[in-house]
Amino acid sequence: MRIPCPICGTRDRREFYYQGAASMLDRPAAEAPLEVWHDYLHLRDNPAGGTRDLWYHASGCGSWLVVERDTVTHEVLGAALVEACDAD
Amino acid sequence: MRFSGWRVLKEGLTGNKGWRPHWRNPQPKAEYDALIIGGGGHGLATAFYLAKEHGLTKIAVLEKGYLGGGNIGRNTTIVRANYGLPGNSEFYSHSLKLWEGMEQELNFNTMMSQRGVLNLFHSDGQRDAAARRGNAMRNQGDDAELLSREQVRALVPWLDFDNTRFPIYGGLFHGRGGTARHDAVAWGYARGADSRGVDLIQNCEVTGIDIEDGRVTGVQTTRGAIKAKKVGIVVAGRSSQVAAMAGMRLPIESHVLQAFVTEGLKPCIDHVVTYGMGHFYISQSDKGGLVFGGDLDFYASYAARGNLPMQEHVMEAAMTLMPMIGKARVLRSWGGIMDMSPDGSPIIDKTHIDGLYLNCGWCYGGFKAVPGSGFAFAHLIATDRPHVSAARLRLDRFETGRGLMDEEGTGAQHNLH
Repeated sequence: MRIPCPICGTRDRREFYYQGAASMLDRPAAEAPLEVWHDYLHLRDNPAGGTRDLWYHASGCGSWLVVERDTVTHEVLGAALVEACDAD
Repeated sequence: MRFSGWRVLKEGLTGNKGWRPHWRNPQPKAEYDALIIGGGGHGLATAFYLAKEHGLTKIAVLEKGYLGGGNIGRNTTIVRANYGLPGNSEFYSHSLKLWEGMEQELNFNTMMSQRGVLNLFHSDGQRDAAARRGNAMRNQGDDAELLSREQVRALVPWLDFDNTRFPIYGGLFHGRGGTARHDAVAWGYARGADSRGVDLIQNCEVTGIDIEDGRVTGVQTTRGAIKAKKVGIVVAGRSSQVAAMAGMRLPIESHVLQAFVTEGLKPCIDHVVTYGMGHFYISQSDKGGLVFGGDLDFYASYAARGNLPMQEHVMEAAMTLMPMIGKARVLRSWGGIMDMSPDGSPIIDKTHIDGLYLNCGWCYGGFKAVPGSGFAFAHLIATDRPHVSAARLRLDRFETGRGLMDEEGTGAQHNLH
């Protein structure tokens, strides 16, 4: 699996750390109700097919990427930089 | 049809003409008392125990492919009860007891081999953790023995004990653990369920779950609608898709876990051995192949096959632990689809929909859980109350934060197990 980093070009999957679903970018407000936080932290669409997930180019430019992939075929369709994200 | 030594002898002398198919291939009926979605190990075991322990016989197992074609056919066949936390501890302890009686209970040779599971440790800290885990296992009533380096050497002299980076300090030995013939487990439960009147319906994919006023009323399938007041979802690997038919989102991410087998070799590995400094475990099948596996590939996947980086990592771990494996040739590799839950532990629970029950989240430990999971899920479906061995495998533990079972101590969030 190779991932097209917008900064470094297409690189081997070994260079990247996988975080999980890109829904992690939609962080609720601190005072949001428990169900909203539960939904954000634990529940997942977990699609069989097209998905958007977060990868960190750890052995490259250090960017966080949103990668579009197919979970059934492992095809990588594209990657874009995460514009603004709370990276804790 | 019962198996016995006498029967095998008689059939052998008469041209093996008396054997019959082990289960029927029935048409789905319009209505059942209970439906089990998923004809894998857990689903078939659930149907078997529903019939045997609870006297329910008007039940059907709906399988979209063929029986035992999912993860029960794609694992490394390891059976053990070496957990440390309440919840997992009593559940796997109960499951191991069922394993020990399985062949008699099913009248089927599942090739259960209690050859012992040896978890190696490579530092003082790991020794302390192993001692603690061993104590937890013994407190649960199971067996565990802390072995010194020399005791381990006497058992498995072919390991690299003096590895510069990760020398072997000793091991935790769980003698009642071992391996079993994975397909035979599915077949044995299928045969046992069928003989008690359960309809095993293959090539029957569930396409919808019917719900009226918060109660389940049946399912839609590729072979027509089937009514039932109780429906159990036990489809690890596809849990999120089936639960979505009932409008549910689950705390599950599906990941790929790879395993490997070498060409057949003469007997050389007598136990299941796990490496403490890399995710690596190995045993030898009765056909002689060395069966081994490692960690997840660590990205969401339904491909049922993995990629080269993790294969390379597993081979490196193998060579580090036991250099002799370098002379074996890998025959094939495969991948299974793991239901990864946030805390790395499973779920057997009711849902917010009356009559709809959920069994999922087996992470990479589903095989050893087959009998315990089937037993507990059958109890839940039949009585609407959790079985005592599985009362802590709750769906709501992530939302409430109560009763999380994070064996690795890494946190109860996705991507940490």
